[in-house]
Amino acid sequence: MSQTTEKRQQELAIDMKQGMDYDELVNCMRCGFCLPACPTYRETGGNEAASPRGRIALMKAVVDGLMEPDEDFEKQLSQCLGCRACEPACPSGMKYGYLLEDARDIIQKKKKHSMPVRMLRSLVFNELFPKQNRMRTVSSLLWFYQSTGIQKLAQATHLTKIAPGNLSMIERVLPKVPSPSRMKNRPSHVAAEGTAKKKVAFFSGCLMDTMFMETNDATLYLLSKANCDTIIPKKQSCCGALHAHSGEKDGAKDLAKNNILIFEKEKVDYIVSNAGGCGALLVDYGHLLKDDPEWADRAKAFSDKVKDISEILYEVGLPKMELDPQTVTYQDSCHLRNVMGTFSAPRKLMQSIEGVTYKEMQDADRCCGSAGVYNIIEQEMSMQILDVKMEHAKATKARTLVTANPGCLLQMKLGIERAGLQKDVRAVHIVDLLAEALKKAEGKA
Amino acid sequence: MISQEAKKKLQKIVGEENYLDSKQSLVAYSYDSTPGYQALPHAVMKPRNTQDVSEIVKVCNEYKIPIVPRGNATNLCAGTCPLEGGIVLIFTHMNKILEIDEENLTVTVQPGLITLDMINAVESKGLFYPPDPSSMKISTIGGNINECSGGLRGLKYGVTRDYVIALETVLPNGNVIRTGGKLAKDVAGYDFTRLMVGSEGTLGVITEATLKLIPVPETKKTMLALYDNLEAAGRTVSKIIANKIIPATLEFLDQPTIKVVEDFAKIGLPTEVGAVLLIEQDGPQEVVERDIANIAKICEEEKALSVQVAQTPEEGAALTTARRSALSALARMKPTTILEDATVPRSKVAEMVREIEVIAKRNNVEICTFGHAGDGNLHPTCMTDVRNKDEMHRVEVAFEEIFEKAIQLGGTITGEHGVGVMKSPYLAWKLGEEGVEAMKTLKMAFDPNNIMNPGKMFAKESRKRVVVNR
Ligand SMILES: Cc1cc2nc3c(=O)[nH]c(=O)nc-3n(C[C@H](O)[C@H](O)[C@H](O)COP(=O)(O)OP(=O)(O)OC[C@H]3O[C@@H](n4cnc5c(N)ncnc54)[C@H](O)[C@@H]3O)c2cc1C
Ligand code: SF4
Ligand code: SF4
Repeated sequence: MSQTTEKRQQELAIDMKQGMDYDELVNCMRCGFCLPACPTYRETGGNEAASPRGRIALMKAVVDGLMEPDEDFEKQLSQCLGCRACEPACPSGMKYGYLLEDARDIIQKKKKHSMPVRMLRSLVFNELFPKQNRMRTVSSLLWFYQSTGIQKLAQATHLTKIAPGNLSMIERVLPKVPSPSRMKNRPSHVAAEGTAKKKVAFFSGCLMDTMFMETNDATLYLLSKANCDTIIPKKQSCCGALHAHSGEKDGAKDLAKNNILIFEKEKVDYIVSNAGGCGALLVDYGHLLKDDPEWADRAKAFSDKVKDISEILYEVGLPKMELDPQTVTYQDSCHLRNVMGTFSAPRKLMQSIEGVTYKEMQDADRCCGSAGVYNIIEQEMSMQILDVKMEHAKATKARTLVTANPGCLLQMKLGIERAGLQKDVRAVHIVDLLAEALKKAEGKA
Repeated sequence: MISQEAKKKLQKIVGEENYLDSKQSLVAYSYDSTPGYQALPHAVMKPRNTQDVSEIVKVCNEYKIPIVPRGNATNLCAGTCPLEGGIVLIFTHMNKILEIDEENLTVTVQPGLITLDMINAVESKGLFYPPDPSSMKISTIGGNINECSGGLRGLKYGVTRDYVIALETVLPNGNVIRTGGKLAKDVAGYDFTRLMVGSEGTLGVITEATLKLIPVPETKKTMLALYDNLEAAGRTVSKIIANKIIPATLEFLDQPTIKVVEDFAKIGLPTEVGAVLLIEQDGPQEVVERDIANIAKICEEEKALSVQVAQTPEEGAALTTARRSALSALARMKPTTILEDATVPRSKVAEMVREIEVIAKRNNVEICTFGHAGDGNLHPTCMTDVRNKDEMHRVEVAFEEIFEKAIQLGGTITGEHGVGVMKSPYLAWKLGEEGVEAMKTLKMAFDPNNIMNPGKMFAKESRKRVVVNR
């Protein structure tokens, strides 16, 4: 071990000692009840170090000085999907997600990234995601690229294959980006169609409001049909999830504060999110800012109002929905299920569509391996998990594979490509499915 | 230490990929579910088959390297904590069901199989494996056998011991023996099968087990009775049995436990009552109906505040779920949870529970009691913090007094969690010095080099028996 690595590890160990929540580490009673829920434990053939109990023990061992935070340690934390399936399984109520975030944040701060990685991280975390107009610019470039046919040319000539690993396939499954002018002209208020039953504020999300704009439009349409009066605050920013999960906690806090400030101004019943990944961080703002006296209470008030779109639609009710007869299955978004506790509302909504035969796939509650940028960083494990997932999806013989989060949606599309099922199976966001069904029923009426 | 020479030999047996000695692996296999114990092994090995195990054991015996067989480390007696280093042997490659024999009603499995996976597999064929430890979602059959685990259904159906009918064991010298068989009767030689059950990895490594199955009971009914105080519940337990009814489950929760369980499982348990009995009967419909009606009557005679029979299987299942998570829900109260399993004859349950209350108060510690009241197996559980040395000392004293009382009442220091390191200082209280001596003689005959799970079962020195002064 070189001297610099040794020094770095020593410093990291000190930071871990100071920065980790030791009480929480001690709270783990090592009962192992979380093991069967953990995808990486399962995929590694039962490697304790790749389990929640193991990872907590590793963090504690570093803090206790029993082991150095070596390369293996960092790898093991990096391999964790952050899906938090271990949390509902834990009878002692461990907040594993918080421990992981803290540890990653500490590691990240110490990290000496190589020059290009540093630039990319800075571009993504400081420039791109916090700024919605920049997001639009990048999406615009993508739009230009897609609409000028270079995409076809590149695909035809297999030029995209030079992109490392999955990037080329990911690119193929990316949705068609809307034109720049459409992305700029977003509504700020959508009225309830009838008498308003609820007043809500819509958290539009940066990816959702650019690359997945159609889904956001469908969300607003559904809210209107469900008689919700919807405000879309203009100055909202990215939720900060990508930051928080990648060890950029300070960035996440800044974004959180901005959002709290903006949404506080609206007197609404709920704050609606349509992406499990975003929603889960929004409900965690209270925790994220708990040590900041100026913000703690406001953050908690904000978090208490956050609900997933499917919960709201299920609560207020939708008009009749109908689709051509088809079998539909659902892949839970981990954060939607494990952190927000939303899993029955989407299922019940789908089951209420006429023509839909709902079939639950095996292990629908298990992570699909997308997990933010996990599918790019930990490609091998991600694809191993995805391929198992597709087997289960295939077994339901469903034509429509529904999810509730953009990352999961892309991963499902990727899975469909990998399994060669493009002709037989489509992947859609639940909101798009519901909108489609509502429109169809309306057209008939 | 494992010498380079020994390491090479061991790696040659299983391949380098199945010999782990990175710091990360050593830390990951340094603990089990017992609070306060941690020690690093020198290596972790993943044998692929019996042959591998036998060769590993031979090398270890030659170089005097300790072996700690490990299932999923959910034991509560520090049984898999590698206190003397050496090799932790894990069975992630040996976790298959080898055969379900529907003619002889048996299942043959490898030791690393998860208990619940096996239960599900046999139940899909209409067969039943009754031992159901609360940890069955993650415990292994190898672990169950070596701790002789019990569960909620122990009263009527017995414990792991009653279902193990044949074993393949690698002895500490590397010899492989097969004992028992798919037989109801077999008196050929010593009953090694029984000896191995509950031996806690100190006599050999189990590499295959054949377990007895029974047909799945036709129906099942669950009921809940609430009481003002502990003793009334305890009296009910004794009276049910005295009336010659053996329920499948007869579980007991005291008030602090109820509160925590409700907080965790949110199933509408009333949190203000003094004690709860969870009772289940299974079998043919008429018998179940009759027994449940009789039990309800007894509960009322013993002044239950309310008696409630679950109307649907779902309602019943929700009630048992609450009981299953009792221990772990308690863990939410304080950082450290110490769970004991002092056991008394069932007629003494009420007296024991009363005494536990007194002991807790006297020592100023917080103890919740729940458990398998029907078989007298109580789980006095202490919520504390290992970092608080003063309180930990009082906890230890309290538990010593509980053990002493249990033995006085004709009970034992451990009903199902095993001796391991935790209880070893008290083993002589139950067996007497002569009993421990006899066990040592046996152990030395099997394992003269003391390589199998050393430091477990036998304490360096016994505790002096406490004299309880009132
Ligand atoms: C939350 C919780 C609830 C529990 N509830 C119950 C309960 O209701 N009833 C109950 O009885 N117990 C209970 N336990 C205790 C524990 O789960 C059981 O003792 C279980 O059988 C241990 O299984 P395991 O696979 O984790 O074994 P481990 O803990 O890994 O090992 C247990 C012992 O078996 C030995 N061993 C394992 N495999 C082999 C092998 N192949 N050959 C030789 N020796 C071997 C080990 O050396 C060790 O001594 C509970 C524990 C927890 C944490
Ligand atoms: S279930 Fe919770 S307490 Fe148990 S080992 Fe996992 S994280 Fe620890
Ligand atoms: S977050 Fe997911 S992958 Fe990570 S330890 Fe928990 S269950 Fe396993």
